[in-house]
Amino acid sequence: MGWSFIRAYTVLVYLFMFLPVAVVVLLSFNQNQFGSFPMTGFSFRWFEALWNNDAVMRAFRTSLILGLLTAAISTTLGVLASLALVRYAVPGKNLITTILIAPILVPEVVLAVALLLFLNWLGIGKSFALLLAGHVIFTLPFVILVVQARLVSIRRDVEEAALSLGASPIQTFFSITLPLLMPAVAAGALFAFTISFDDITGTLFWKPGGVETVPTQIFSMLRNSISPEINALGTVMIVMTVGLPLLGAAIARRLATKRGM
Amino acid sequence: MSVEAREKRQPWILLSPALAAVTLLLLVPLLFIVVYSFWLRSAVGPDIQGFHPDNWQRALTDPFYRYILLNTLKIAAITTFFCALLGYPAAYFITRSRGNKLILLLLLMLPFWISYIIRTMSWINILGSSGALNTLLISTGITDSPIQMLYNEATVILGLVHFLLPFMVLNIYVSLDGIDTNLEDAATSLGATRWQAFTQVTLPLSLPGLAAGGLLCFVLGAGTYITPLILGGPRDAMFANLVFEAIITQLNWPMGSALSLLLLIVLGAVVAVYNRYLGMSQLTKGLG
Repeated sequence: MGWSFIRAYTVLVYLFMFLPVAVVVLLSFNQNQFGSFPMTGFSFRWFEALWNNDAVMRAFRTSLILGLLTAAISTTLGVLASLALVRYAVPGKNLITTILIAPILVPEVVLAVALLLFLNWLGIGKSFALLLAGHVIFTLPFVILVVQARLVSIRRDVEEAALSLGASPIQTFFSITLPLLMPAVAAGALFAFTISFDDITGTLFWKPGGVETVPTQIFSMLRNSISPEINALGTVMIVMTVGLPLLGAAIARRLATKRGM
Repeated sequence: MSVEAREKRQPWILLSPALAAVTLLLLVPLLFIVVYSFWLRSAVGPDIQGFHPDNWQRALTDPFYRYILLNTLKIAAITTFFCALLGYPAAYFITRSRGNKLILLLLLMLPFWISYIIRTMSWINILGSSGALNTLLISTGITDSPIQMLYNEATVILGLVHFLLPFMVLNIYVSLDGIDTNLEDAATSLGATRWQAFTQVTLPLSLPGLAAGGLLCFVLGAGTYITPLILGGPRDAMFANLVFEAIITQLNWPMGSALSLLLLIVLGAVVAVYNRYLGMSQLTKGLG
């Protein structure tokens, strides 16, 4: 009796989590010209409208470039720092880790204000550079946490073997450590990309006038009216941030099993 | 000797880009807005530098700011409460379910990958005047015209609970999953009812996870300004909205600095209290 109650409760909690999102996806295929209930038929018209909407396509390009650059920089910085923290006896390791994780300990609004005001004072106003700096600093802790967790599980003796056989530390890094590290690097980069692609809290502070990312584009569209295009845009975003990682994971698993044979 | 010196230098070379980034893009900017908060905005031209406590005086004494601050803490607390109420049984179910545990966990992680703004605006499709609920109410004849359900404090809380629930479930799950199930069986075999075994064994052991989830929900909830903008009415501003207003709309950057630092201090105090509390609870756990 108690157990089936908990089960029903859990089903309701999961419905609460997913039903609204499912409705977004459902409505994005609605033929009805107001894009609201009732569903009158299946149609791709809202996706077509998106494709022909210059503002949305521009926002997409901005978000993609921003996300890719953020992922590249953040992952590079994060992997180097994680290597140092996991592989070396660094004095003050706890303090350093706390400092590196600090960007997610500070509320994002506060981080956004501090960065905006400081860089503006240095002469870097609202710009793509400020956006990129903000996204890098905000995603860095996530990359470090993910990469560090993976790095701990990579055995050291393989590297030591390479070194003892005469490989230089740099050779060892590129031919032993990095290949072993690739899943962690990929996970960190994917994480950074997704967080950057989804961010709105900081982005609204940092973006220059006229530049929109996908989330800020959705935000400004919401302020005008609930156009059905928003649901289509939402569906596209869900596919990008949920579908692509799942696909990536599937491909990675495929490659791993192939290499294993 | 030189090899040793290199070995010593290497980690710092690896760490320096990340440390430089955090220092230059977070730590120094934070110190900078401390200074900035004592400047004054001038009607024309650049902000007036110097040491003026005016912004702080206003941030701390203005009844409007105080009202919004207290209301923000209240909203965050209610949100945390509902997250715990919804999240605990779900986390318990995931921990104890056998067959579909992996699917349930995967589904639990999914919301983290779905954009916050999409999840927030999705409620407009449900509760809006032409949303699912109103369509249902009208078609069943319960009401003739759509009921205004959106844009109030309740929908702000609803949006926040929807956004933060996965954080709560995940934290409770992690701590429940670490508890040996034999403990509950041992309690029942010694004569406790299942409910007693739960409230006296499992629940206390899972409190650290509940507290960690609660802290995350509270701090993330109290720092948001997007949810009130999308799901709240004009009177449902939270404290971060004041910061956004001051910085983006009024361009009063000194005041915005003071307000964001006040938010940082208040939420920092919550974290400090949590630290203290968790330390004590772990102490009693150790003694017990």
